[in-house]
Amino acid sequence: MKAKVHVMLKNGVLDPQGKAVENALGSLGFDGVQDVRQGKVIELTLNETDIETARTNVAQMCEKLLANTVIENYAIEIEG
Amino acid sequence: MKTAVIVFPGSNCDRDAQVALKASFGGEPVMVWHGDADMPAVDMIVVPGGFSYGDYLRSGAMAATSPIMREVVKRANAGVPVLGICNGFQILTESGLLPGALMRNAGLKFVCRDVHLRIERNDTMFTSRYTQNTAIRIPIAHHDGNYFADADTLAMLKGENRIAFRYCDGNGNLSDDANPNGSIDHIAGIYNEKLNVLGMMPHPERLMDPALGGTDGTALFEGLVEALAA
Repeated sequence: MKAKVHVMLKNGVLDPQGKAVENALGSLGFDGVQDVRQGKVIELTLNETDIETARTNVAQMCEKLLANTVIENYAIEIEG
Repeated sequence: MKTAVIVFPGSNCDRDAQVALKASFGGEPVMVWHGDADMPAVDMIVVPGGFSYGDYLRSGAMAATSPIMREVVKRANAGVPVLGICNGFQILTESGLLPGALMRNAGLKFVCRDVHLRIERNDTMFTSRYTQNTAIRIPIAHHDGNYFADADTLAMLKGENRIAFRYCDGNGNLSDDANPNGSIDHIAGIYNEKLNVLGMMPHPERLMDPALGGTDGTALFEGLVEALAA
């Protein structure tokens, strides 16, 4: 079973990298980009076969290591 | 007195810390490898600067999960003084010993230069040799030094007087121009609740010899020696 974890800076936490990308897009002539937020995607291949157990386990991984919940939110996608 | 320096793969200020501790405390510091689960009894621990584990995932995140950090957390909670410098500060926040997080510098660039720090209080074991509200000059060298804490945490740090240093100009005045990385409230270093753990982005161990351009870092280590001998 595969799991995808999306880690994003929380709303309200300044994302200087996203801002730089936004400015770069503007300078390339891409108008109309209101905001850019940059995050990361972590793909996991798991032995677990039960979707709910996998979700619970991955949530614990996020809390302990994959995300820093002081500044980041995470979202988990399980692909059967 | 015995001191220890924790060494991670990718640490690069471990030897600077070793030299600083030896110069101030006298004895040879114990260099403790990250994979060790234990270390001898020591009076003081330094978590040094560098790029532990290549800054993979987040600066300090991998190091915080290493076997030795569990022991460092235990010792810190038992009252042993712990000084985290630069990457060491990042590791202390990731391991939960200090609140908040260090984010990418607001200017996105790695910043390597001397800055001024205002001594917010001089009644701790780390700062007793400094004068409150004066500026000292200490080098920084980091990419992820932008301190962030949510509003509640920031209010707690202020309420409990746990901000150790703030970035300032040469006269001790706070300004955005004097803030090299966008840190919230100009914060350069903070204490834990019991004031025995200090995390700071600047490098006092790098400015302890006139031949290297200054000695403003010396008083931090000398103050520690005095406090621990008392």
